[in-house]
Amino acid sequence: MTATSDTLLELSGIGKRFGGLAALSDVSLHIKRGEIYGLIGPNGAGKTTLFNIVTGLYQLDAGKFTFDGVVYARCKPHLLAAAGIARTFQNIRLFANMTALENVMVGRHVRTRANVFGALLRNRATQEEERSIERGAKELLRYVGIERPAQTLAKHLSYGEQRRLEIARALATEPRLLALDEPAAGMNATETENLKALLQTIRSSGITLLLIEHDVKLILGLCDRVAVLDYGKKIAEGIPQEVRSNPAVIAAYLGEEAA
Amino acid sequence: MRFGAKFRPVFAVLAAALLLLPFAIDALFGHGWVRIADFALLYIMLALGLNIVVGYAGLLDLGYIAFFAVGAYNYALLSSPQLGLHWPVWVVLPLGALLACVFGVLLGAPTLKLRGDYLAIVTLGFGEIIRIFMNNLNAPVNITNGPQGISMIDPVQTGGFSFGTAHRLFGIEIPSVHLYYYLFLAFTLLVVFVSRRLENSRIGRAWMAIREDEVAAEAMGIDTRNVKLLAFAIGATFGGISGGLFAGFQGFISPESFGLMESIMILCMVVLGGMGNIWGVVLGGVLLTLLPEAFRHGAGPVQQALFGKSIIDPESLRMLMFGLALVLVMLWRPAGLWPSTQRRRELTDEDDDVVKQEQDTVYDSNK
Repeated sequence: MTATSDTLLELSGIGKRFGGLAALSDVSLHIKRGEIYGLIGPNGAGKTTLFNIVTGLYQLDAGKFTFDGVVYARCKPHLLAAAGIARTFQNIRLFANMTALENVMVGRHVRTRANVFGALLRNRATQEEERSIERGAKELLRYVGIERPAQTLAKHLSYGEQRRLEIARALATEPRLLALDEPAAGMNATETENLKALLQTIRSSGITLLLIEHDVKLILGLCDRVAVLDYGKKIAEGIPQEVRSNPAVIAAYLGEEAA
Repeated sequence: MRFGAKFRPVFAVLAAALLLLPFAIDALFGHGWVRIADFALLYIMLALGLNIVVGYAGLLDLGYIAFFAVGAYNYALLSSPQLGLHWPVWVVLPLGALLACVFGVLLGAPTLKLRGDYLAIVTLGFGEIIRIFMNNLNAPVNITNGPQGISMIDPVQTGGFSFGTAHRLFGIEIPSVHLYYYLFLAFTLLVVFVSRRLENSRIGRAWMAIREDEVAAEAMGIDTRNVKLLAFAIGATFGGISGGLFAGFQGFISPESFGLMESIMILCMVVLGGMGNIWGVVLGGVLLTLLPEAFRHGAGPVQQALFGKSIIDPESLRMLMFGLALVLVMLWRPAGLWPSTQRRRELTDEDDDVVKQEQDTVYDSNK
């Protein structure tokens, strides 16, 4: 671990193909510790593909993926979660038939130890661990602002709460990088405002954020730096205001003539 | 198990009832029904084992009976004249459990990437393979005695105490079937205990997370491979124990007892009773052992009395009623007769349904 480096995640020359389609080609970017990094681009630009590579769902075909000084070639999602990368999903993927509390408790799995024997004997260490899991999970529910009873089934929560619950579950894994795939999708203005405040609180607790988002206002108001993808290539990177006036970005979104 | 003070009397009454049950059954219905109660306990163990795989981890296993077969054949081969071995039961039973556990992992390992229907087909094949093996391992070297099966298997006995013969205890004559009842009851309670402890643990939550959404579970740091293998291994272990006890109890086994129908029967117990809920599965095991037997014994005489002759063969009527019962239960209680608390909570939730429906549609449309 290179504790001195201020780069948390570094991607260099990332490539990913699906059959004949190059979903990503030669994408390089680095995310600094403690920043909020936005990833934008038109539909089909490869944002989610990149995201899935970062979280281990896809294996990269080319390039190098370094997280916190460690190079990860072919890495399973659960190992990356253990390494400190947690994510939410574009289409909410909660454990629908488990309670809100249980959802967050599952997130504690990777930071806890109890095995079958611990579960069977329920010795003191296991009992204490169980209590701390439950305590931590309840705290996280409060932290993200879910006020309904913790025993409510995840699928009975409102849409906004489900989004928050996903964030709580991801935070339960004690990530250093929290990757959010369109966290504000489908939210109304108030909900988006609340989300923004939550994300800022999370950042101020020392967690680095990577987010894909369509809501330009949210990106402008929240992100420290932004990268723009188009047809699997990075076409711009920088502070949001700068990127917004970049001709290549305008062309990508609105077509050549507009630029 | 934590019981509040107000449950203690209930618990004591239940314990007494379970202890006196074989005598009550014997007095009311006769010896044969105590034997059926013994089988019910064996089936409960099997159903609870399958419940770990299907109910908790959500992996559809259609060849579960194979582990029962492994346990049974292990016992039969090591304590019968077949190979001339008569190993002590406290070696044979744990060995059977271990062997079944190993088979569980062997089956689990290649099927890890399969889901749903595909997993069901592969496990179904596995179940058949074991049965066919047992059927054909009589040549060139006779190991399993093929379709004739293995007979004269030693009863469960340890330290000079045999469960195979009647004993006088405290001045009461206790027949062999009663003794087996207590033995099986002890094992069943152990299996219930293990299931409960696992259900409310880090491991249990990981299983349920996999059942709900495997991709999300993995993203949350659950090593789905190991956790699924663990479910297969523990489920298979229960099957192996039950199988060993079955062989000792029955004294005779043949490949016929380990067919696909048996796997499906056990799956029915789990589904009908209430997948994922221990008490539901126990109920399913009891009902699906007792009802068919009741039909076997009752259908003939009832038809005689009503129509003066037997119109439908009791055996086919049994299957007919069984099918009907399944359909009815699935229509009226799709989550099973005694669903898990979660599912019950779902059904009794009374907060405004409109909002809930709306949320559900939002959830679904995002799948």
